[in-house]
Amino acid sequence: MEAVYLTFILVLAIFLGFELISKVPATLHTPLMSGANAISGITLVGALTSAGAGSAEMATLLGTLGVTFASINVVGGYMVTNRMLSMFKKKEGDDQ
Amino acid sequence: MSNALLINLTYVAAAVLFIFGLKMLSSPATARNGNLVSACGMLLAIVVTLLDHSIVDFRWIALGLVIGGVIGAMAARLVAMTAMPEMVAIFNGFGGIASLFVGWAALHSGDVSTFTVVTIFLSILIGGLTFTGSLIAFGKLSETIPGRPYIFTGQRTFNSLLLTAIVVVGVMFCMDPANTNLLYVLIALSFLFGIMAVIPIGGADMPVVISLLNSYSGLAACAAGFAINNNILIVAGSLVGATGIILTNIMCKAMNRSLANVLFSGFGAVKTALAKVEGEVKPITPDDAYYILEAAGSVVVVPGYGMAVAQAQHVVKELQELLEHNGAEVSYAIHPVAGRMPGHMNVLLAEADVPYDLLIEMEDINPRMEMMDVAIVIGANDVVNPAAREMEDSPIYGMPIINVDYAKTVFVLKRSMAAGFAGVDNPLFFGENTRMLFGDAKESIGALVREFSS
Repeated sequence: MEAVYLTFILVLAIFLGFELISKVPATLHTPLMSGANAISGITLVGALTSAGAGSAEMATLLGTLGVTFASINVVGGYMVTNRMLSMFKKKEGDDQ
Repeated sequence: MSNALLINLTYVAAAVLFIFGLKMLSSPATARNGNLVSACGMLLAIVVTLLDHSIVDFRWIALGLVIGGVIGAMAARLVAMTAMPEMVAIFNGFGGIASLFVGWAALHSGDVSTFTVVTIFLSILIGGLTFTGSLIAFGKLSETIPGRPYIFTGQRTFNSLLLTAIVVVGVMFCMDPANTNLLYVLIALSFLFGIMAVIPIGGADMPVVISLLNSYSGLAACAAGFAINNNILIVAGSLVGATGIILTNIMCKAMNRSLANVLFSGFGAVKTALAKVEGEVKPITPDDAYYILEAAGSVVVVPGYGMAVAQAQHVVKELQELLEHNGAEVSYAIHPVAGRMPGHMNVLLAEADVPYDLLIEMEDINPRMEMMDVAIVIGANDVVNPAAREMEDSPIYGMPIINVDYAKTVFVLKRSMAAGFAGVDNPLFFGENTRMLFGDAKESIGALVREFSS
């Protein structure tokens, strides 16, 4: 049942994703991509459990590597997206 | 309230924040806050995971978080805006390899069911190919390896064999997950697959590849989520997967090509343009160009990858201000696949402080093109090539273009007469109303700016 339940979540989330961002102006293609990319660093959450469970040495090593790479993805991804978006401005005079 | 329940409820909240964050990222006014909302979701998910009772040792976690966080923060701060495409590519790759490690580590977490082994196989495969594919994309974008498509004889046969090998090893692995040799072979094959998938794709098709890899990194996280039974990985991963597919689709449409065609054709390398374009090229000096611009009432700038290479965005903005001061109306026409990643030109112009409402998408600018006094093409080629509209035997025939040739006068800023990325001749250069301004884009525009200022 577990498998079916997880697949259920998968399918619904994919449909939600398509509905959510079907219309994006070209200006935001890069920030959307790099912002989404930062979200894909969510795998960090999985790596945390492996690195800290204190089980097999191998699992700890792999988990730590996972944590390291995923943190680069998360921290770098969000910061670079924020940096990009801070540059996007409308014409002077009408803020926001 | 039990600990596991608290964690899972918090994951629901994190998922909601991701969803709102992505929604807000699709409108310019709310985009920046959207990114922050999604970052809050991430922070929440991470912090609550650390409360998990099964985590007993925080030393390795702290080490990984600090190293990764510092590298990520430094990279994000220091990278030049022009290097953004390769930056996005490499971050993507790191997400992929992290999912591979999560899947691999799940193998060591005691007894695993067949279903879990299958998902571990998928997270290793997708994570691995995302990693090497992104590395190759990074190399091509930063030009540490040649950007042209790499094609050899028997490539298709080799790739089909590779795919078969992956399926065979995958099945064997799923039946015998304790066999580490099979695991290593599987990892090696998935790495090789990522390399083989990206090397035949040329620089101008990179927007498609980056969006696709973005999608894969989400799917890898998704597979890892199945492997460790974690809902938030599945939800966030599939949201990213969907975003990537949508962007990929937009890019493919903008080139009028199917995804399969982009991935497998090695565009430009195999096809030779049948039609030769003949005619006379009319060069112009910055002096003469200045006189035409001074009299112009409306000017449209069409940037391409050449503007990024020449780093000409700041001087373009200067020219825009001088033209506006002179009474002309200036706008920018942006082709969806101009540059090396989706929205590349928009980011560069934003860096130069160009307001985003001056940037006009292809469908909106084309009907107004005939009213434009001057169109300035800066380092763009294929996206303004009228052959795509008129010459049926042209390899790019059918691709939507910005119709600069309908403007009263067209300036083309170009280094030399070399063909564009697709290796296709461009009839625009021989047009009646086209004037070629040869030289480095930054210097040519700089010369125009000096003419205006003096």
